[in-house]
Amino acid sequence: MNELLHLLKTNARLTNAQLADMLGKTEQEIADEIRALEAKGVIRGYTAIINEELAKNTEVEALIELRVTPKRDCGFDDIAKTIMMYDEVETVSLMSGMYDLALTVKGESLKEVAMFVSQRLSAMEGVLATATHFVLKRYKEKGILIEEEDYDERSMICP
Amino acid sequence: MLVNYENILSDVVQQMKPSGIRRFFDLAATMDDVISLGVGEPDFSTPWSIRKEAIDVLEKRKIVYTANAGLSQLRAEVANYLEKKIHVKYDSEHEIVITVGGSEAIDIAIRGVVNRGDEVLIVEPCFVCYAPIVQMAGGVPVPIATKEENKFKLKAEELREKITDKTKLLVLPFPNNPTGAIMTREDLEEIAEVLRDTNIMVLSDEIYSEMTYGRKHCSITELEGMQERTILVNGFSKAFAMTGWRLGYLCAPEPVAKQLVKIHQYIIMSSPTVSQYAAIVALKECEHDVERMVKEYNIRRRYLVEAFNRIGMTCFSPEGAFYVFPSIQCTGMSSEEFCETLLEEERVAVVPGNAFGESGEGFVRVSYAYSLRHLMEAVSRITRFLEKHGGIHE
Repeated sequence: MNELLHLLKTNARLTNAQLADMLGKTEQEIADEIRALEAKGVIRGYTAIINEELAKNTEVEALIELRVTPKRDCGFDDIAKTIMMYDEVETVSLMSGMYDLALTVKGESLKEVAMFVSQRLSAMEGVLATATHFVLKRYKEKGILIEEEDYDERSMICP
Repeated sequence: MLVNYENILSDVVQQMKPSGIRRFFDLAATMDDVISLGVGEPDFSTPWSIRKEAIDVLEKRKIVYTANAGLSQLRAEVANYLEKKIHVKYDSEHEIVITVGGSEAIDIAIRGVVNRGDEVLIVEPCFVCYAPIVQMAGGVPVPIATKEENKFKLKAEELREKITDKTKLLVLPFPNNPTGAIMTREDLEEIAEVLRDTNIMVLSDEIYSEMTYGRKHCSITELEGMQERTILVNGFSKAFAMTGWRLGYLCAPEPVAKQLVKIHQYIIMSSPTVSQYAAIVALKECEHDVERMVKEYNIRRRYLVEAFNRIGMTCFSPEGAFYVFPSIQCTGMSSEEFCETLLEEERVAVVPGNAFGESGEGFVRVSYAYSLRHLMEAVSRITRFLEKHGGIHE
């Protein structure tokens, strides 16, 4: 991967000056590169990785598997586009294997998510089956450990 | 009657200087919130496939001694690896010994060639073990100081000046801990030219060979006529983030290896068996992991070089290992003074340059085997320190 993207993926808050040092470029070059990546749509946004429990966020999250009938001409795109219009839906991916679409859905309660699945998703034309799995605990997200401190076992100084 | 330990202990051991960083280490250990940049080992975990192999070996095998020189499959993989990396062929049955870290390889190489009174040239600043081992072997360590103006490379004339009729061995530690200096093929060619007419052996410690930035590592064994007069030392600790596995190797011409393996046999028997099996996987499957780590080191290296130069701790751009070696001249302090004051005032631990030989005075060793986040916090503390102690004039 592009080294700039790699760095931004691990920490999007690095300043252009820091990125310039790390990549052996000037601040101006970094600013231009980032602007170009944003303009081209390569970079779609910047977000924070949050330990929801510590943030006292009581929302629930579920992974939902969908089996659907592809439409002629546009395959799965059409139904995926409809599904992603819902605010409750956080991610939508086309999958290989036993089912077709994988969604993550957020809601205030188990009931709210369950109702969303049964009333909105299952009822949608082309949806053959759904399976809902609630997330109980997140250990790692985007390469970052959510709970554990990375403890340095090395001694403080060694030759 | 009280035991007189001075009479009991060997003179050589008693005269040996304790490691220069010990006192400093003790001081740091008494403090809270210390951010350390003082460690000489990778921050990465050993790649999972290597660890998994060790777990499987523990489950499935009897963990018994291996052949003295090491598992023959591992030696064959070492030979393959070296042929691929430095295009030098070693006979895995007769010219390779698997050792307990690069450290043991250094020890038996020195003990294997040094007679009482022989002089051993040691390129400084360097890792701390060479001179004490030479002394234990009854030899005389002769430091060759490298200079910042030469990017801490060894120059032919510096070498030539120190050669006498007692010179037995040259210790050539590149990529270098603590300076990060490397020797290019052209640099090495100059050295080889001096050595070819002599009967001097080279101990080439290439433990950081995978950590070079911008160009590939060149081994002195690649040069004409040099493989036959070189003991090559390398290991798994740095490249594969396997320091605690204690596994390294040496390669030497058969007549030399044949003698060195005797020492290994008597003092060690065979290197850790679990580690040896795991190391086979490291060599066969982990090239990508090494690349990933080196890429990460490179980002940190560029960041630190820029940061130090900006705050007045001038620093040449090191091309190897995972250290930068900035000058602390702008503060007017000695290396030890600087390190102690920095530790006391800002709780940042770096290692005084003189711990690696007198020629390291005026510098400190900063390791970048740490996450960027950690490095950035350390840099902001060091910047504050320099503002206070006269380094930054703006």
